[in-house]
Amino acid sequence: MSATARDDLIRGVWRENPVLVTTLGLCPTLAVTNTVANCVAMGLATFFVLVASCYLVALVAKWIPGEIRITAFVLIIATFVTVADMAIEALAPDVHKALGAFIALIVVNCIILGRQEAFASKNPVLNSVADAAGAGIGFMVTMLMMGTVREVIGNGTLLGHRVLPASYEPWVVMMLPPGGFLTLGTILLLIKWKKVRKPAVADAPAPAAAASGAVSGGSAA
Amino acid sequence: MSNDPASAATQAMPAAPAAADVPAWKLLAILGGGGAVAGMIIVSAYQWSKPTIDENKRVRLDAAVREVLKGPERCDSLWLVGDALTPTLPAGADAATTDRVFIGFRKDGTRAGFAIVAADFGFADEVKLIFGFDAEAGKVLGFKVLGSKETPGLGDGIEKNEAFVKEFDGVATPIAGVKKGSSRGAPDHEVDTITGATISSKTVIRIINGAVEKWQPKLRAYRGEGAR
Repeated sequence: MSATARDDLIRGVWRENPVLVTTLGLCPTLAVTNTVANCVAMGLATFFVLVASCYLVALVAKWIPGEIRITAFVLIIATFVTVADMAIEALAPDVHKALGAFIALIVVNCIILGRQEAFASKNPVLNSVADAAGAGIGFMVTMLMMGTVREVIGNGTLLGHRVLPASYEPWVVMMLPPGGFLTLGTILLLIKWKKVRKPAVADAPAPAAAASGAVSGGSAA
Repeated sequence: MSNDPASAATQAMPAAPAAADVPAWKLLAILGGGGAVAGMIIVSAYQWSKPTIDENKRVRLDAAVREVLKGPERCDSLWLVGDALTPTLPAGADAATTDRVFIGFRKDGTRAGFAIVAADFGFADEVKLIFGFDAEAGKVLGFKVLGSKETPGLGDGIEKNEAFVKEFDGVATPIAGVKKGSSRGAPDHEVDTITGATISSKTVIRIINGAVEKWQPKLRAYRGEGAR
């Protein structure tokens, strides 16, 4: 893997983490992160759609006229999502039941359209796949951060196994929608706080990002 | 079609490579062709996954039937045709849209009971459940939630609170939900609702009572195999 592709991969995981820095894809981040198992399933499904559709977009971008590119991208995403939805229902019905409508809603996940519009449509295939994989991993890492906090505090379990003593009274609110906002808010607060403490390094926009036209992170967070 | 609304909507920084004056027929052809390919892919995926999905559903339902009938020797479907039940689906009827119940038999050929699927709206979205029912005695044998989106930690007690689920084993219909410890003088018919999940608890009771009202006369009239 070339140096630029590696940089494309790593950038999405942390420096331009899709949830924590560009705050995209908040709907699934808030809605399905109440257990770690849901986070893993949602993360994998999104990762698959993101990488597969960015690969295809990078491949066919030069034949798609600018006027209809968004329509074409959504068509590609929707096809992958529908296939993923059916595959999950066939292979892992329990996961499908737990995630409900959110699998279908990957279609409108802004991370995916964002990566295609900002990166895959005007970069080589290898870099686009690396960039998509980075964003997918970054999304999954954030989901897992949220899911771990919410499941442990909200239910006293981790991946279904009890980790807190039985005498612990679970904070049910952490499993409910407000718990998603509380957890995400706290995580964003901690990250912002850390950034403010060492300003010059973190807040300077990354040159590679600006050059590639990616959504610039520092100011959006 | 201009580029402006699209790029504003996605907040993309630079506009895509400008493709000036592409004729409309070309745009239509590209989107139409892409749509056709996507449609083909989706249809293939559907046909590949449908048998597995149907089989999963059937296995899940079969397991639920056996669970609420407390492990019968064997089970059959009964179809509602007109106002009567029949063990064979008449020619031309659609299995997916015909009402049905399940009947279970013990080893000695006597009826273990009927299993009925019913649904209604709970605290959050639809609650779908299956319950075993002894039509002669008018007693519920047990129930299992097939699908619900009740509040985790509170309303989902209708699935996860074993004490609550067990209360339905052998309760007489019509069921009445009461607060824990406060009987109204007919303990056979009473179920303690879950503290903090009164609405969800009462939904289960309402679903079962409603289904019993609808099905009991038909089940009693069924003179097929195992009738007393």
